Amino acid sequence: MSDGAASGGLELKALTKRFGSFTAADNVNLDIQRGEFLTLLGPSGSGKTTLLMMIAGFLDITGGDILLDGSSIAAVPPERRNFGMVFQGYALFPHMSVHQNIAYPLDVRRRPKAEIERRVGEMLDLVQLQEFAHRLPRQLSGGQQQRVALARALCFAPPVLLLDEPLGALDKKLRIEVQAQLKDIHQRVGTTFVYVTHDQEEALSMSDRIVIMQNGRIEQIGTPQELYQRPRTAFAAGFLGKSNFLTANGALHALRPEKIDIAPRGKGKGANRLAGTVRNATYFGSFLKYDVSVVGMDTIEVDVDAWRAGEPIAVGTEVDLSWPDGAAVRLEDN
Amino acid sequence: MNGSPLARIGSGWLLVLPFLALVVALFLGPIVDILRLSVTDPEPGLGNYAALMTSDSLARILWTTLRVCAITTLFSVAFGYSIAYAMVHGVRRDRNWMLSLVLVSFWISVLVRTFSWLMLLGRKGLVNEALAGIGIISQPIEFMRNELGVLIGMVHYMIPYAVLPLLASMQTIDTRLVSASRSLGATGSQTFWRVYLPLTRPGLVAASLLVFILSLGFYVTPAILGGGKVLMVAEYISVQILVTLRWGTAAMLAALMLFGVLGLLFVMSRFMKLSTIFGGARA
Ligand SMILES: Nc1ncnc2c1ncn2[C@@H]1O[C@H](COP(=O)(O)OP(=O)(O)OP(=O)(O)O)[C@@H](O)[C@H]1O
Ligand SMILES: [Mg+2]
Repeated sequence: MSDGAASGGLELKALTKRFGSFTAADNVNLDIQRGEFLTLLGPSGSGKTTLLMMIAGFLDITGGDILLDGSSIAAVPPERRNFGMVFQGYALFPHMSVHQNIAYPLDVRRRPKAEIERRVGEMLDLVQLQEFAHRLPRQLSGGQQQRVALARALCFAPPVLLLDEPLGALDKKLRIEVQAQLKDIHQRVGTTFVYVTHDQEEALSMSDRIVIMQNGRIEQIGTPQELYQRPRTAFAAGFLGKSNFLTANGALHALRPEKIDIAPRGKGKGANRLAGTVRNATYFGSFLKYDVSVVGMDTIEVDVDAWRAGEPIAVGTEVDLSWPDGAAVRLEDN
Repeated sequence: MNGSPLARIGSGWLLVLPFLALVVALFLGPIVDILRLSVTDPEPGLGNYAALMTSDSLARILWTTLRVCAITTLFSVAFGYSIAYAMVHGVRRDRNWMLSLVLVSFWISVLVRTFSWLMLLGRKGLVNEALAGIGIISQPIEFMRNELGVLIGMVHYMIPYAVLPLLASMQTIDTRLVSASRSLGATGSQTFWRVYLPLTRPGLVAASLLVFILSLGFYVTPAILGGGKVLMVAEYISVQILVTLRWGTAAMLAALMLFGVLGLLFVMSRFMKLSTIFGGARA
C-alpha cells in the first residue's frame, strides 16, 4: 500500500503570509522529502497552522512559492491539490457513517463502486475499524474518530498528508497509543506527512525531522537527535526538552539536566564543576529532579536516574555539579 | 426523591400558576368552544365534517389553500436560503444591514406590504406602465387578481420567516467541514449538495414548517391580491362567520386547520426533536 510514495516532495520557497501588517509566516524556506515525517513544532501563534493552510491551499500566499515535485502549485485550488488533510477536531461529516466518510473522497471523484468498496475496506483494515463501519461519528470515541479522519484523508492515496494537531483532543495515555499507530501507518503507506503540534514529546518520538517555529519564522530544522543534542538558539534549547542556561567564556550555553552529575561536596569528578546547595528534590518515578542553587546563577535543574541513584540527596546538602566536556552546547546570540 | 410529589412540584409552579390559569382560560377555552361548535351547530353530530366529502366548493377551497401554501413555502424557503447563506458567508460588514432589512420587513404591516404590491403590479401599476412605456408589451400583464398575485404577495411576506431559522442553523455549521470536503477533492457544488445542504436540514424543516403553518392562516393577502378569485380557507371562514352565518362550517374548518397543524408537528417530531427545529441550536 505504499501508493503515495511515487511523488510527494514539497518545497517551500520564501513563503510569506501577512494578515494586514501582521506577518504570520515570514520568508519560510523548507525542503520536505517524499515519504518524510516532518513535524512543525512551535508555541501557540507561531504560524504552524498558517503554514499548513497555505500548503493545503486554503490560504492565499502573500509571497514566495510552493512546489510539489518541482512544479508550482501556488495557484492550484485545494480540491485539485490532492493533499490529504486531518483537521484539528477531525471535521468528520456528522451526517455520514464511518464508511460514507471514508468513501467520500472517492465518491466525489466518481470512482467505480467496486473500487470504492475495496479501497474503503483496505482503509478500515489499516485503522482497524472494520466493525464500526456503519456507525455515525458521534457514536465513536475520540481515538476512533481520529482514525476515521486519518482513513478518510488517506483513502485517495494523496502524495502528501497534512495533519493539524490531530491528537490534541485525546488524553495523554491514548495519545501515546495513537502516536505509535500513526507512525506505523506512516511507514506502511509511505506518504509524506507534514504534522503540526506544540507537544515536544510527540515531535521527538514521531518525526524524521522537526522544524521549530517561532513568530512565523523557522528557528531550527533537524532530526530529533540533532535538535535535542545541538540546539542552536536559546529558544530551541528551551522549547524542545528542558535546559539550564549558563554563561561561560562570554557565551550562553545550554546544558540538559540529565547530563549533569550530582555528588556530595568534594566528590565531583567531571571536567566542569560548580558548587551548589540542593533546594528541592522531586521524585518522578523514573527520575529524580533536583533544584540546585549556585551562587551568582539561576537555579540549576539536575535529573538523575532514580533507581540507580539510590537514596535521594537531602535538601540543604552541599553538592558538586559536574559534566563532561561537550555536554554544554554553545548557543548563537539572537 | 424525598418529600411528597406535591412538595416536589415546588413553589416555582405556584408562582406561575395564576398566569397558567389565565392562559388556559383565554386560550384553550375558546379552542374548546370552537371544537364544540363544530359538532353542535346547526345540529348535533358530525354533519359539518361529512360535508367535506360531499361539497365540491369545500374541496376546491382546501385544495387551493394547500396548493398556494405549498408553492409559497417552496419559494420562500428557496429565497430565504440564499439570503441566509449570503448573510452568514458574505462579507461581515454587509451582515448587519442585511439583517436589519429582514427585521424591518417583519415590522411593516401586512396590509401596507400587500397594497404596495397592488401599486407595483396592478393593471396601471409601475411595472406594467414601465413595460408598456418601453414597448415590450401592448396589453398589461395580469399580475393581480389571480393566484400569481397571491403567491407573489405571500412569498414576499414569508421570506423573513424562512430566513431566521435558516440563519440559525447555518451559523452552527462548522466551516471546517466545508474545508475538509474540499481538501478531500470535492468541488464547490459537490460540497454544497453533499455536506452543506444536509447539515442545514433542521433549519430547512423548521423554515418550511413555519412558513407553511403561517401561510395556512393567511387572510389579507389572498383577499386583496386574489381579488376574490383565489378563495382560501381563512377568507372562507370569515365569510361563513360574517356573511352566511354558518358558524358550524367555520368552526369545522378552523378545527381542521388546528388538527392539520398539530398532525404536521407530530409527523415531524417523529423525525427530529422539535426543540432542535425551533431552538435553532444543534450539537
Ligand atoms: N485570519 C487571520 N487574520 C489575522 N491574523 C491571523 C489570522 N489567522 C492567523 N492569524 C495570526 O497569525 C498567527 C499565527 O497563527 P497560527 O494559527 O498559524 O498559529 P499556530 O502556530 O497554529 O498556533 P496554535 O498552536 O495556537 O494553533 C497568530 O498570531 C494569529 O493571531
Ligand atoms: Mg494551529
